[in-house]
Amino acid sequence: MASSRPRGSSFSRNISSAATSQVPGVKLGPNGTSFLSSGISDLDQILGGGFTLGSLVMIMEDPEAPHHMLLLRNFMSQGLIHKQPLLYASPEKDPRGFLGTLPSPMASKEEKSHERPAEQDANLRIAWQYKKYFGEQNSEVQRGGKAEYCNDFDLRKPLERHYYSGQRVDCISLRDSSNLAPLLERCSTFSAQISKSDGNITCAGRIAIQSLCSPQCDFSNKEWDMLSFIRSLKGMVRSSGAVAVISFPPSLVSPTFLKRWQHLADTLISVKAIPDEDKELAKLLTGYQDMLGLLSIHKVARINTQVPAILEATTFSMKLRKRRALVLECLNQAPVDGSSGSSYGTSGSCSGSSKTGNLDF
Amino acid sequence: MDNSRANLLEEAIGIGIGKGGRVVVVEDCVETSGAFVLHHFLKRFLHPDSSDVVIFIAFAHPFSHYERILRKMGCNLTVHRKNHRFVFLDMLTLECPERNGREAREDGLLALYGEIEKAVEIYSSLEGSRTITIMIDDISLIEVAANGSSNHMLDFLHYCYTLKAKYGCSFVTLNHEDIYSSANTLQLILQTEYLADVIIKAEPLATGLASDVHGQLTVLNKGSVSEFGGSSSKVRNFHFRVKENNVDYFYPGSQT
Repeated sequence: MASSRPRGSSFSRNISSAATSQVPGVKLGPNGTSFLSSGISDLDQILGGGFTLGSLVMIMEDPEAPHHMLLLRNFMSQGLIHKQPLLYASPEKDPRGFLGTLPSPMASKEEKSHERPAEQDANLRIAWQYKKYFGEQNSEVQRGGKAEYCNDFDLRKPLERHYYSGQRVDCISLRDSSNLAPLLERCSTFSAQISKSDGNITCAGRIAIQSLCSPQCDFSNKEWDMLSFIRSLKGMVRSSGAVAVISFPPSLVSPTFLKRWQHLADTLISVKAIPDEDKELAKLLTGYQDMLGLLSIHKVARINTQVPAILEATTFSMKLRKRRALVLECLNQAPVDGSSGSSYGTSGSCSGSSKTGNLDF
Repeated sequence: MDNSRANLLEEAIGIGIGKGGRVVVVEDCVETSGAFVLHHFLKRFLHPDSSDVVIFIAFAHPFSHYERILRKMGCNLTVHRKNHRFVFLDMLTLECPERNGREAREDGLLALYGEIEKAVEIYSSLEGSRTITIMIDDISLIEVAANGSSNHMLDFLHYCYTLKAKYGCSFVTLNHEDIYSSANTLQLILQTEYLADVIIKAEPLATGLASDVHGQLTVLNKGSVSEFGGSSSKVRNFHFRVKENNVDYFYPGSQT
């Protein structure tokens, strides 16, 4: 686990980011696993490198907001940029049309010029927000290799057509059939293409299934069928070099089945929208206005190891940086308002930091 | 076993476990995985000093997963497999679909039972005293493979339990407790718990997960017959911390 890379703080996760494998877009992780980027550099970092190859990722949707689409879009876009085969299934009539909404990567030059002024402000940063800025530093470290492991995506700019007009992109509508057999067949042919040969991955693939149990699908009431589909998919993905991401609305699955689904997931993420005018929450959290929603990580894939992954924090806020790039930040509690009378908070955060400047430890 | 300090889990289970004919049920939940208890048992049964045999029925993970974990714990499954002490049945893709009617569904599990029985027969006929342990990871996936028929699953388990009487096999199974929390599904977990001699539950701490305490284990030992003839069930509760090569067990607050 020892890495020579200078770390942001002694509390950050130790990620061996230096190791990159031959296959583009695949990073070697601990215990003989490999990682694929989720398309969001912050999420990669939180998960310890990205989505583990051969794992099943499940995203619990928010019934009111399409935040899961942001995750799916970035995940799919990242795969297309790395020229990895993609299988996309959705309950829409025309799933291929969705590819037109995928975000395009930001030009790295443009990104750097944006990054500079922020760096110059470094001296003015206030201590209690320090955690926010580690992400920036580390993402800079990752940038450097020719082919980037994780791009930054501009959510306002659609992906260029040539990325997804290739033959390795397969789309399927969940509405086409009354059962899951065709989808399972497509998944098995897909994962057979990219199967590992003696443990070596020659090519990584991505499977994205959106809103698996949505009521538009005929099979949405066949809970056992869906469950055995997920299990089969998990088995297929595990033996191949692919990552499957399934998003589903948890409110439509009955409680016992929800638990079963959660047990089957290797990595479990949930997204939640935050209400527009929640004054209590606004008082509690800083940067409430810029928040899109909350992302919680319930489970991290543990393949080839028995040690559970204990994260520093499990809930993160989703924000748009400069209205285009999706970033995840730790929740920061707002400092207690000085006028409200409790002097403890103010002295702890402001005068405390100025004092440590004088006392040299 | 791993260190000179008494291992709380071993202590709680009691020494009789290796003698055969015992049923251990491990229960966990989404937040805390109990798979490490299975790994612990695997290592223990495959200890170089004994000649015990383990038949492992894996629904959850492929062989490479277990192999890598056990290797870190100092137990080479590939070698044990070659030496006929470890039988691995990969059921990751076992399907007993409904397509061909009710018969087919049963066939899948029946075939699996046949395989287990065959293996048990072969190993018990060999010379020397050895205990055969059957491990299943995990039971809830049998139900999925049987497409939701809990009766088939229970039948399968009962069939397996008959091996206990016939050959003195032990059982270690993993199940997920939180799946069976609603009233109409409770029956299944109650049945498996009834048949168990030792129930080990892995739960998260009420205060959330911490990096130095990964959760707590509750061990209910039903069949501990004391020297004085009285049979008493004992409940033990302690915390654990999972590491790559072993697991630390300690009482709350005793870890510095």
